[in-house]
Amino acid sequence: MSYSEFLGMGAELSLMAVIILLFIYDTFTSSKVGKYLPITAILLLGIQTLYLAFGNSLGLGGLNDDTSLFGGMYVSTNISNVAKIILNIGTILVFTQAASWVKEDDMKIRRGEYYVLTLITLLGMYFMMSAQNFLLFFIGLETASLPMTALVAIEKYKENSYEAAAKYLFFAVFSSALMLLGLSYIYGATGTLYYTGIASELTVTPLTIVAIVLFLAGMGFKLSLVPFHLWTADVYQGAPTVVTSYLSVISKGAAAYALMVALTTAFGSGSEVWFNVLYIVIALTITIGNLFAIRQQNIKRFLAFSSVSQAGYIMLGVMSYENGFGDASLLYYVLVYIFSNIAAFAVAGAIERASGKLNINDYDGLYKTNPKLSVAMMLAMFSLAGIPPFAGFFSKFFIFYSAIETGTIPMYVLVFIALLNTIISLYYYLLVVKAMFLKDNETPIATIKSDGYTKAVVFVTALGIILLGLVSCVYDYIYNAAI
Amino acid sequence: MDYSYSILILALPLFMFLTLALGGNKMSQKFAGILGTAGLLTIAVLSYMVAFQYFGMDRVDGVRDAEIAYNFEWLSFTDKLTINLGILLDPISVMMLVVITTVSLMVHIYSMGYMHGERGFQRYYAFLSLFTFSMLGLVVATNIFQMYIFWELVGVSSYLLIGFYYTKPSAVSASKKAFIVTRFADLGFLIGILLLSFYTETFSFDQLTAEGGFFLTSTSGATFLGCSVASWAMALIFMGGAGKSAMFPLHIWLPDAMEGPTPVSALIHAATMVVAGVYLVARLFPVYLSVPEVLDLITWVGAITALYAAIVACVQSDIKRVLAFSTISQIAFMIVALGVCTSMVPSEGGLGYMASMFHLFTHAMFKALLFLGAGAVIHAVHSNEMSHMGGLRKYLPITHITFLIACLAIAGIPPFSGFFSKDEILAAAFNKSMFWGVWMTVVAAITAFYMFRLYFGIFWGKEAKHEHTPHESPATMTIPLIILAIVTCVAGFIPFGEFVTSNGEAYHIHLDMTVAVTSVVCAVVAIALATWLFAKPNPKPEKMQAALPNLHKWAYNRFYMDNVYQFITHKIIFACISKPIAWFDRHIIDGTMDMFATVTNSVAEKIKGFQSGKLQMYVWIYIVGAMILAVAAIYTFVK
Repeated sequence: MSYSEFLGMGAELSLMAVIILLFIYDTFTSSKVGKYLPITAILLLGIQTLYLAFGNSLGLGGLNDDTSLFGGMYVSTNISNVAKIILNIGTILVFTQAASWVKEDDMKIRRGEYYVLTLITLLGMYFMMSAQNFLLFFIGLETASLPMTALVAIEKYKENSYEAAAKYLFFAVFSSALMLLGLSYIYGATGTLYYTGIASELTVTPLTIVAIVLFLAGMGFKLSLVPFHLWTADVYQGAPTVVTSYLSVISKGAAAYALMVALTTAFGSGSEVWFNVLYIVIALTITIGNLFAIRQQNIKRFLAFSSVSQAGYIMLGVMSYENGFGDASLLYYVLVYIFSNIAAFAVAGAIERASGKLNINDYDGLYKTNPKLSVAMMLAMFSLAGIPPFAGFFSKFFIFYSAIETGTIPMYVLVFIALLNTIISLYYYLLVVKAMFLKDNETPIATIKSDGYTKAVVFVTALGIILLGLVSCVYDYIYNAAI
Repeated sequence: MDYSYSILILALPLFMFLTLALGGNKMSQKFAGILGTAGLLTIAVLSYMVAFQYFGMDRVDGVRDAEIAYNFEWLSFTDKLTINLGILLDPISVMMLVVITTVSLMVHIYSMGYMHGERGFQRYYAFLSLFTFSMLGLVVATNIFQMYIFWELVGVSSYLLIGFYYTKPSAVSASKKAFIVTRFADLGFLIGILLLSFYTETFSFDQLTAEGGFFLTSTSGATFLGCSVASWAMALIFMGGAGKSAMFPLHIWLPDAMEGPTPVSALIHAATMVVAGVYLVARLFPVYLSVPEVLDLITWVGAITALYAAIVACVQSDIKRVLAFSTISQIAFMIVALGVCTSMVPSEGGLGYMASMFHLFTHAMFKALLFLGAGAVIHAVHSNEMSHMGGLRKYLPITHITFLIACLAIAGIPPFSGFFSKDEILAAAFNKSMFWGVWMTVVAAITAFYMFRLYFGIFWGKEAKHEHTPHESPATMTIPLIILAIVTCVAGFIPFGEFVTSNGEAYHIHLDMTVAVTSVVCAVVAIALATWLFAKPNPKPEKMQAALPNLHKWAYNRFYMDNVYQFITHKIIFACISKPIAWFDRHIIDGTMDMFATVTNSVAEKIKGFQSGKLQMYVWIYIVGAMILAVAAIYTFVK
C-alpha cells in the first residue's frame, strides 16, 4: 500500500483540514478574536463545499470520479460527491442557525467544541457514505454517533439535555451492538466484509435474513424508522434546538444514502428480503409518524414525529433504485428536506430563544407580531406537506414518480399509502399555519428582534423552498451525477 | 447573429415586477412611476434593437429565417416530449415585441398622469410590469406549452388589473367574469395542446409548422366524431384563441373588462392581450392551412363577430363600451383575414396573413390612441356616459385632434394607417369570394358610422352641464397621445409586406383600386350619415330609434347574450351539474375525509402508550419489532 492513496480522499482530507484549522483557531486565540469563530467555521466549510463542487473541473485533484482506494474499501463517485455537497450545504445552514446560540453566556466557552464535534460527525458520515467495506462503514457510523451524544448533551446543566443524551447514547450503543451482530453473521456466511465480495457470495438463508434485518434495524435507529424510532421524540425535545435540527436532517440524510448504497450493492442478491422488510417498515414509518405527530403540542416533538414520517418518504427512493431514478430522487428529497426542516427549526429556535415558548398554542396570532418569521414557518410547513409550487411538492413528486416507475402492484399500493398519509400530514402541518395566521390571541409572542445570522438562515431557507423546485437544473444536476 | 441580449427583454420586466411588488410600498408614488417607466423604456429600446438587427439581416433563399435565441429544457417527460423555455425570433414575434413595448411604454407614461394620486399606484405599476413580462414571454415562446404558460399569466395579470379598483363590486365581478370566461376557453386550448402533442410528440413550433406535412402525417387516420383528430385539435386550440380575443360567443367578458383603469384597457384590452388569439392562429398558420375546415370555421366565427360587434357598437352610450365593441369587431377583421387564406404564398391566396398582421400592428396603435383619448375625456368630465359629454372640442383641443385622427384611421380614410391595412384585408376577403368581400365591406362601413357617432357625441353636439369647466390633461397624458397620433398617420406607409408575410418572402403591397375606392366611398357615406345625424343636436336619432324600436332595444342589450349565459350557467349548469357535484363533495368526499380523521384520531389515541418515555419499553419494542420482521422474512423466503 502506498501512502499516496490517501490523497485520493479529497473530500475527507479537506474536511479534516477544516476541523484542524478550527481546532487550532479555537484553542490558540484570545477570547476577543474567538468571537469570530462562527463566521470562520461557516466560511471554511463554504470553501470546502466549493472545492467539492468545482474541484474536479478546476483540476484541483483528489476528487476524480470513481476513485477506488485501499483495495476497494473506499470508493468515491460523482453521486457520493453530490451527497457530500448536499450535507455540507445543510451543515452550513445549521452553523448559521447556531451562530446566535453560541453567543449566549453558557455556550460561549463551549462553542469550539460545538463546531469541532459537529464536523467530526460529518466526517464520520463522509466515510459511511463512501465505504465499500463494512469495517470502514462501521467506523464511519461510530465516528458519526459518539460525538453526536456529546452534542446532545452540550447543554449539560439542563436536565432535559442530559436525559436526552443518556437515551441517545444508550440507544446508539444498543443498535450498534445489534448491527455488529448482524455483520458478524454476514462475515460468517460469506467470509468477507467487502460489499462486492458479499454481493457475489450471499445466499438467502435464515442466518443471512436475520443478519439483514439486524443491519436494517441498526440503520433504522439512525433514520428513526418505525419500530426503531422511539428515542426520536425524547431526544429531539431534550437536545438544544440547533443540534436537533442537525440530527433531523444531516444525520438522517447521510444514513439514508449509506443505507441505500449498502443495500443495493452488498445485499443486492438478497434484495427480495430487504425489499419486503423495508416495505413494511416504510408503510409503518410514514403512518405511525403521522399518527403521533397529530397529537403533539410541543413544536420540537411535533417536528420529531414529522421527521419520522419524512424518513419513510426518503426510503421510498431506495425501493426504486433499479430504475435509475431512485438515488437521484432520494438525494433531491434530502436536499429539499434539509431546507424545509432547517427553516422550521430556525424559526422555532428563534422563538424559543426570545420567549422560551415551544408550544404550538403559543404561536397563536404570531403573524401580527412577527410576519416574516410566520411566513417562513408557513413556507416550511407547506414544503414539508408537499404543496405546490414549493420545493417539497417537487421532491415528493419525484420520489413518487420513481416509485411508480417500477410498475409493480405492491409499489402502487405503497405509493397510495404514502399519498393518504400526505393528506393526513397536511392536517397537522396546517395546524401550525392556522395558529400563526388565523387564531386570535390577546397576548401573542412579542415582536422578536433577530440577529443577522438568524435572518440569513431564515431568508436563505425560505428562498430555497421557493426556488429549489422551480429551478429545474438542481434536480438535473443530481440526476446527471447519478447516472 | 447574436441575440443573446434578448433575454433581457424578459428578465427586465420580471425584475421590475418583483421590485415594485415587494418594495413598492416603501417607494414614493412618483419614484415607482418613474422607475416603471424607465424600465419599460429600456425594454422598448432593446426590442427596437432586436427588430433593427433582425429585419436588417439578409434573407436566406428569399426567406427570413426564424432565430432561436434561447431554448432551455425545462421539463422532460420522454426523450421526445420535453417542455422548453426559450426565445424565438421570427417576423411576427419581432413585430409583436415592437407593438407591445411601444404601447406599453405609452401607457406607462400616460398612467403617471392618469393614475396620479390613486391608492395602490405602486401596485398598479407592478401589475403593468407583470403583464408586460407575460405578454412578451407569450410572443417569443418557442413552443406551444411555453405559450400556454404565459397565456395564463397574461390572463392573471389581466384579472388583477381589471379588478384594480377592488373596492368597487362591479370591477370585482368584471374581473371574475373575464378570468372565468377566458379560463373556460383555455380549457379547450389545453385539451387541444394535449391532443396535438400526443399525436405529434412535440410541442415545438418549428417541428409543428415544418414543411412536409409532419403534422398531418402523424395524426392521419385518427378520427373522432367524424372529424379528424387534427381538425379537433386545431379547433380546440382556436377556442382558446377565441376566448382571449373575445370572439363571439366568448366575447362577453371584454365589455365588462372596461371596469379597469382606462390605460389598462388601452394596453391589454385593445392593443396587446386581446390580439393573442390572432397571434396564436398566425403562429400555427401552416398547420391551420392543412385543415381547411377549421379555417372555414375561423372565418365564420370572425365574420359573425365582426358584424355583431359593429351593430352593438352603434347604440352603446358608454364611450369605453363603444370602443370595446369596436375592438372586438376589429380583431374579428384580423381573424377573418387569416381565415380566408388559401395558401402560404402571398400572391396566391396568402395575402390575408400579411393583411392580418398589418392590421394588428396599425390597430394596436390607433386603438390605444382611442382608449387613451377616451381616458383623457373621462379624466376631464369624470364620467363614461356620452350624455355627460358633447362640445368638448373647445376644452380638449389636443385630445380632440388626436382622437379625430384615430377615428379617421379606423374608418379607413386615406392616408391614415387603418386604410392601408383594412384595404388589404378586404382585398384578401374578395380574393376568397365575393360573399366575404361584401360582408366585410359592410362591416367596415358600419365601423365608420359608429366611430363618428362616438366622435360627434363626445366633441360636438349638445354641451352637457359640467360642475367645473373641463380642462386639457397634463403633458404626461397628452404626449403619448401625440406620439401615437403621429404613428397612426405614418404607419400606413410602412412597406409591411417587406417584413412580415406568410412564407417569409418579400411581398410588395399594391392597392387594389376597385376595393380601395369602394371601401373609401362606403366609409365616406357612413361618416356623412353620422355627421347628418349627430353633428348638431337634432331629433333625428330619436326618430330613427322610434322607427326601429326592437332592433335598437336588442342591439342596446347586446342581443341578450349575457342573459343567455346567465340562463345557461344558473339554470342549467348550476342546477343540474353543480348541485349534484356539491352534494357528492359534501357527503361522500367530506364524509370519507371525516372518517379518515376519526379513525386517525382514535388510533393515535390508542397507540400513544408506546411513547412512554421509558427506555426499557423502547428497547423492548425495538427488539420485538426486529424479531417479528426477521421471523416473518424467514417464514416467507426460506422454504
